[in-house]
Amino acid sequence: MAWFKKQQFTALRATTPRDRVPDGLCAKCAHCGSIVLSRDMEENLLVCPKCGRHQRMNAAQRIEQLVDPGTFVETHATLASKDPLKFKDVRSYPEQIRRYQKRSGLVEAVITGRGKISGIDTSLGFMDSNFIMASMGSVVGEKVTRVFESAIENRIPAVVVCAAGGARMQEGILSLMQMAKTSSLVAKMREAGIPYVPVLTDPCGAGVAASFASLGDVIIAEPEALIYFAGPRVIEQTIRQVLPKGFQRSEFVQEHGFIDVIVQRADLKSTLANILAILTHQEVAPAPSASEAVG
Amino acid sequence: MAVQTFDFERPILELEDKIETFRNEPDDDPNAGKNLRRLEKELADLKTKVYSNLTPMQRVLLARHMMRPRSLDYIQTIFTDWVEIKGDRNFRDDPALVTGLARFDGKPVAIVGQQKGKDTNENVHRNFGMMHPEGYRKAMRLIRLAERFQLPVVILIDTPGAYPGIGAEERGQAEAIARNIMEMFTIRVPLIGAVIGEGASGGALGVGVVDYMMMFENSWYCVISPEGCAAILWRDAAMAPSAADALKLTATDLLELQVIDESLPEPLGGAHRDPKAAMETLRQALLRQLKRLSAKSVDKLLKERQAKYRAMGVYAE
Repeated sequence: MAWFKKQQFTALRATTPRDRVPDGLCAKCAHCGSIVLSRDMEENLLVCPKCGRHQRMNAAQRIEQLVDPGTFVETHATLASKDPLKFKDVRSYPEQIRRYQKRSGLVEAVITGRGKISGIDTSLGFMDSNFIMASMGSVVGEKVTRVFESAIENRIPAVVVCAAGGARMQEGILSLMQMAKTSSLVAKMREAGIPYVPVLTDPCGAGVAASFASLGDVIIAEPEALIYFAGPRVIEQTIRQVLPKGFQRSEFVQEHGFIDVIVQRADLKSTLANILAILTHQEVAPAPSASEAVG
Repeated sequence: MAVQTFDFERPILELEDKIETFRNEPDDDPNAGKNLRRLEKELADLKTKVYSNLTPMQRVLLARHMMRPRSLDYIQTIFTDWVEIKGDRNFRDDPALVTGLARFDGKPVAIVGQQKGKDTNENVHRNFGMMHPEGYRKAMRLIRLAERFQLPVVILIDTPGAYPGIGAEERGQAEAIARNIMEMFTIRVPLIGAVIGEGASGGALGVGVVDYMMMFENSWYCVISPEGCAAILWRDAAMAPSAADALKLTATDLLELQVIDESLPEPLGGAHRDPKAAMETLRQALLRQLKRLSAKSVDKLLKERQAKYRAMGVYAE
């Protein structure tokens, strides 16, 4: 008889996607691997207390962090993807969409609406990388377009928290055309003199980077976010060289002149409010104290 | 130089060889002439059969054919008084894109064309038609110049993608493309485009916001190449033909999806088999559309351009 009997393992499927901080007691930093109490991580706005890396935040967390409590009104919440190409894959596109909806609790990769940032009425979009890496299909393109249209109609500034990890291949050319659709509205924003401030978060690439994310009047990014047109792996395969350290991170992109402000998450709301207030000739309302901040 | 051919064309080539041999060795058979005519008819039928039932991937291969007419071929054939304009006035001249002034049917126009090479040396110089940010900025410089002097702009698209490299990222590939897309909505002259070969993703759209978009029937235009899509979805670039089917990237597909306005027919077997015919097709189409677009008021033009792209996308409300 063996002294140590091999235990029988059962493979358990993770119920949450791996890139999300689990709801358990502990959270692991996606960068340095430190295990910290979930509560500490959350109190620190999902910024690792050990190394300072900004973990990915979902749309609901963004709304909670940036929008004044009780002021957010969601718009076009039911706008959903169709399958215009009848895309042939092992799993159908509608089936994939349903799986992501179930997993993320989202209908699509962006939540849009209207709300106040430190008292400033703003047209808002929050992209969420938990939904097919926040790739831009027709729904994302349409909803972001409507964020701008609402901003113009109501003469209020627009803020879009941008994220995207790639193209929505299942929508083919229509995915590409969303770049044109959204950018055409940024052109109208400029014509109308309405400010637009994108906030670039990790990762922000491909079609979103090559359209509305790069077209802000003032462009904000979170620290160390990966920001790119071509992904690092594609570049490595093309040029067959190891990429320099820090390549395509916010700080690198800012150094090359394509980002205005890099701001710690804790200061993101006040920075946004300050910029929006200046561009719209308003005063910033004093931040409510914690006791008042009941949503 | 041997003409590049593809597997699906092999039966045609074999038959062509057979006819050639037959011609070169005239025997005493009194039926020789008849046999030759029979073979020639067979060849014509075979060509029609093969080339009128091309799969999307076969069209992608034809779009990449080494001898396919390039932007400069079209420019030098269907335009006159061509003067190339170089440089973005910031960093350098990007040879992957040519821009310039010319006349079309006697009337002044501006031209933007993505330019691939036809041999290795030229392709290295042209970076295989893959533009850097300075290329997109050069295109916008020319388009703004055209706007100042009321010249309609003809845009020829032929790129396997914007270049993915360190310098391109450092100099803001994403910003250059984004800005072009946005600014093209404000240009107060007609913009008319044609995909003559490959229309890969942001690399193509970065010069591709136009009032009227045409596409040759053996060209492709999509958010990703079939190889790229296959590698991501199925971790196997060899699955590219399946991806080409799924992506709906041909002119017929894009016409159906209302992303382009016209599909241009090509000579049997592809534009490289009869470049003059392909050029004449483009010339005729340009003639019609430039006349039509130039007749519109600028405000109407801009409104319609905006509305056209505003309507793109399929979703459930």
